[in-house]
Amino acid sequence: MWKAEIKVLLKKSVLDPQGQAVEKALSSLGYGNVQDVRIGKYLEVSFAAGSHKEAEDQVREMSERLLTNPVIEDYTFELVEV
Amino acid sequence: MKFGVVVFPGSNCDLDAYHLVKDVLGEPVDYIWHQEENVSGFDCLILPGGFSYGDYLRCGAIARFSPVMKSVVAFARSGGLVIGICNGFQVLQEAGLLPGALYRNLSLQFRCYFTYLKVENRQTPFTSGLEVGRLLKIPIAHGEGNYYADADTLRRMEANGQIVFRYATADGEVTDTANPNGSLTNIAGVCNEMKNVLGMMPHPERAGEAALGSQDGRLIFESILKNWEGAR
Repeated sequence: MWKAEIKVLLKKSVLDPQGQAVEKALSSLGYGNVQDVRIGKYLEVSFAAGSHKEAEDQVREMSERLLTNPVIEDYTFELVEV
Repeated sequence: MKFGVVVFPGSNCDLDAYHLVKDVLGEPVDYIWHQEENVSGFDCLILPGGFSYGDYLRCGAIARFSPVMKSVVAFARSGGLVIGICNGFQVLQEAGLLPGALYRNLSLQFRCYFTYLKVENRQTPFTSGLEVGRLLKIPIAHGEGNYYADADTLRRMEANGQIVFRYATADGEVTDTANPNGSLTNIAGVCNEMKNVLGMMPHPERAGEAALGSQDGRLIFESILKNWEGAR
């Protein structure tokens, strides 16, 4: 069994209104040193696959077909054998 | 002209769209359940607003894989008329039928009020009965209608005349203050390159009768009908 830990973030070129709101909240709490906040999603997908390579290919496919919208989002992932 | 209203679990403007076609326009219409795999016999498909599949993951992301969507995509690719309203617009984008993406309103607020749309292009079946620059008073109701496309895509869309509606003031000025959600260049509605698929965040089906405060939404449907009759 494999577990993919997938992080999805809005692309750098896309404004993140949620991140901006949190950034303002942090600075009003006194964290004047905060420069940027980006909010994304974290997904854990557990699945069976024959090899690390096969698992990796499948995570990419799942991410590009459903888990992310490539028009506005980027993703990174880590694979753990469980 | 036979209309079909696609119903996903969580659609909530399906009845309004059905009512507009049947009772206001007086045209035949049927619901199409999302499990349906066949859309033959229809001339125009409407993907209504709502929260299909609870908007889980992203608006429209899961609806786009409903059984019915394969035939909706095939119908659109073969030139069939498709309109996605609000959530329906998001579904069409996720399905790859329309360029760009819609995400969280810049204000983070759910915006629900009348807006003015400026007709930017009349070379589409949805607007051929209108003049460029004409203002339509049509309400919005969404939290994720912030239109985004990268600069190259936007340029291409502009050149192809794919930007159909922009948010404007009551005087027809396209300004930041008239922009309810942060959409790039005030985009409120776009079409595909073939001009047979329209997506728009505002709700024309909620502006089809005087009792609703505006009848301008009807003009889009009347344009479709006129175009249809002209093509026959």
